[in-house]
Amino acid sequence: MSAQPLSASGPDPDFIQVDHFSFHYGAKQAIFDINMSIPQHEVTAFIGPSGCGKSTLLRNLNRMNDLIEDVRHEGDIRIAGTSLYDPSIEVISLRKRVGMVFQKYNPFAKSVYENVIFSLRVAGRSKKSELNETVERALSSAALWDEVKDRLHESAFGLSGGQQQRLCIARAIANQPEILLMDEPCAALDPLATLKIEELILNLKKQFTIVIVTHNMEQATRCSDRTAFLYMGHLVEYGKTMQIFENPSQAQTEAYISGRFS
Amino acid sequence: MSAGITISPSPFSTTGRSRKGEPWVWLTAAGLALGVVMALGLLLLILLKGMSSFWPRRIDLMEVKSGETVVKIAGFVTRESQRRDTGGVHDEIQIFRGNKDLTGEAFRFIDRADIVATTRPDSLLLVERTEYGPAIVEPVALETAGLSIPADAANFEAELDKVIALARTARKELLTIERKRIGAVSRELEALARAERTGSVDPAVAASRRTELQSAFERLQAEAAVIREKLNESRLLVTNVEGREAAFPAGTLLRVFPSNRSNFGERLSEMAHRMWSFLSDEPREANTEGGVFPAIFGTVVMTLVMSLFVTPFGIIAAIYLREYAKQGLLVRIVRISVNNLAGVPSIVFGVFGLAFFVYFVGGNIDQLFFADKSPTPTYGTPGILWASLTLALLTLPVVIVATEEALSAVPRGVREAALACGASKWQTIQRIVLPASLPGILTGIILAMARGAGEVAPLMLVGVVKLAPTLPIDGIAPFIHPERKFMHLGFHIYDLGFQSPDAEAAIPIVYATALLLIVVVITLNLTAILIRNRLKKRFAVSSF
Repeated sequence: MSAQPLSASGPDPDFIQVDHFSFHYGAKQAIFDINMSIPQHEVTAFIGPSGCGKSTLLRNLNRMNDLIEDVRHEGDIRIAGTSLYDPSIEVISLRKRVGMVFQKYNPFAKSVYENVIFSLRVAGRSKKSELNETVERALSSAALWDEVKDRLHESAFGLSGGQQQRLCIARAIANQPEILLMDEPCAALDPLATLKIEELILNLKKQFTIVIVTHNMEQATRCSDRTAFLYMGHLVEYGKTMQIFENPSQAQTEAYISGRFS
Repeated sequence: MSAGITISPSPFSTTGRSRKGEPWVWLTAAGLALGVVMALGLLLLILLKGMSSFWPRRIDLMEVKSGETVVKIAGFVTRESQRRDTGGVHDEIQIFRGNKDLTGEAFRFIDRADIVATTRPDSLLLVERTEYGPAIVEPVALETAGLSIPADAANFEAELDKVIALARTARKELLTIERKRIGAVSRELEALARAERTGSVDPAVAASRRTELQSAFERLQAEAAVIREKLNESRLLVTNVEGREAAFPAGTLLRVFPSNRSNFGERLSEMAHRMWSFLSDEPREANTEGGVFPAIFGTVVMTLVMSLFVTPFGIIAAIYLREYAKQGLLVRIVRISVNNLAGVPSIVFGVFGLAFFVYFVGGNIDQLFFADKSPTPTYGTPGILWASLTLALLTLPVVIVATEEALSAVPRGVREAALACGASKWQTIQRIVLPASLPGILTGIILAMARGAGEVAPLMLVGVVKLAPTLPIDGIAPFIHPERKFMHLGFHIYDLGFQSPDAEAAIPIVYATALLLIVVVITLNLTAILIRNRLKKRFAVSSF
């Protein structure tokens, strides 16, 4: 699969570059002039109160917001130096490089097997051996292989909630993207399933650059390397997770992480 | 909760009209009950009347005062009514006495007070014939192969059955000769005439071929005449109850049933036979007798062809409207127009179908491809294809609306998941959205079929006829004849009930046909529902 272009020279500290990025839903501006660099092979968490723009920012990283009518942006986002908005870039090829896991697990009404290889199917690949290999690799990476290897051809809806979310992760990484976006992946899960996903995130960061949106402060401390705090569409503070949580430089950040508003 | 066990004062109101909280439940329940009762009542009426028209009834022989004399009338009661005049109220019964050829009218009203005596003689026969409707007669003798077998002879019944069976095969033979073989010869003659006109055949060859065909034609006609002659060699001699004599040629005999002699099982099997011939026979005598097979066939074929047209167009239109079109003023106007299309009276669609499909499209097809047949129209005349297309147009809004709803019911989450996997918009629709909305789409198609199968008014303009000599699909190449006119159960009901020369005689068959139409529509729907449930299981959508 597509090798990561800069992996030879070690992780790229400016893998994803958000450059003076603003975003509008119609007349409402959701993101104000954000600048940040997200390093390769690290987990970056976006935290902030509801409506602060963290999901909007995340969904711009694979241009998922294009689906909404009447949106516009200013500034630029670059992945490995290439602008997402470069007219020569097809949004489909972008989404092949950037996988996404959603808040509510959303497997397709298909078998476990077909769910995992969906991204290969739509890419037109149908070699049986490749598909089989992908299913085993992706499910193993998502720590689901042992649980479902005997029911690959049963409906995905037969799995538990946590399993379904891990299946969605397997589906997102099946086509070996470089970046994995996770939009509150544990919001609909119980604590045990949450723990499993968090372990998984720590394992996955060896292969992928992960950006995760979370409402859960503990989760951010447990599994992220860097944390960005957003408030009212502005990037208030961004830095190493330890530093953000132990020694925030902004009063708003401190107020938020100590639970004074949410 | 009964008030008796209330120990402490409850903070909730437990008495009064709103105790159940829902006084309106009665109103809504009453509304539903009324609807159910009306629907069931309709079904029950049609079921009872429809089924009872097949039941072989006992024949009463009544002696009726008519002035000074007493006349005999045999038949069965078809209706009871009351008549008021200066003499007071008269209880009247309507009797079906058959024998239209002997007495002029098959039905007669009798004042109950005038009936002197009623008996049920075993000897009376109900004779079904190819013309003049059924006859109720006393058999006298059977003339066959030069012999005369009196009705009381031991072998009378067996010989009669034999004659009827022979008549049936002979009629079939005649039909093959007249429809198929003579039809083939005349088609060839037509083709020859066309070829001569266009000059694509040598006149000398054409002339010799023509003589050949004409002699073949005459040979076949002679063959038919021989069969016809043979058919009528045997005769059934009868008298009616008043003593008038008649002779029924064997060729006209369809079935003889001794209603008063037969036991329950025999009557049941007679009923089954009548139902079967109703389903499988062609109509006779201006449709008031015989079966409705061409109408069933026409209804089913027309409905299926209609669904074949309406399904792809409706689904494609709905996909564009819901998935691709920019949701703005224009789309809103289009959507409102589509919804309003469903409210346009169906006869308007009939007029449109006649003007557009038949005259414009059909006329142009004729000019382009069938110029050699002109001025005889081929497609430029009402036919089953145009009827199906017209109904497809009529039911299009149903499919579009249902498909749009089904598409919009597919959760946004799965669409986003598919797109996030790198699927294009079309791949998302094709692989995720369409399978998930298939049950809803099929519901739309079912509704469209139900609407289309029951529609009559537009069909009268674009292809339905009272009597179609041929089916739209048959064994003559090219097997499928989309240009042919066809019969339809709905129109058949109208035709029988309001256009029939003998409205009284048609009443039972009207009910039976109505019952059949309902059965056909329900069968079509059930099949579609079965398919939908299969698919539902296969493409079960998640619970959220």
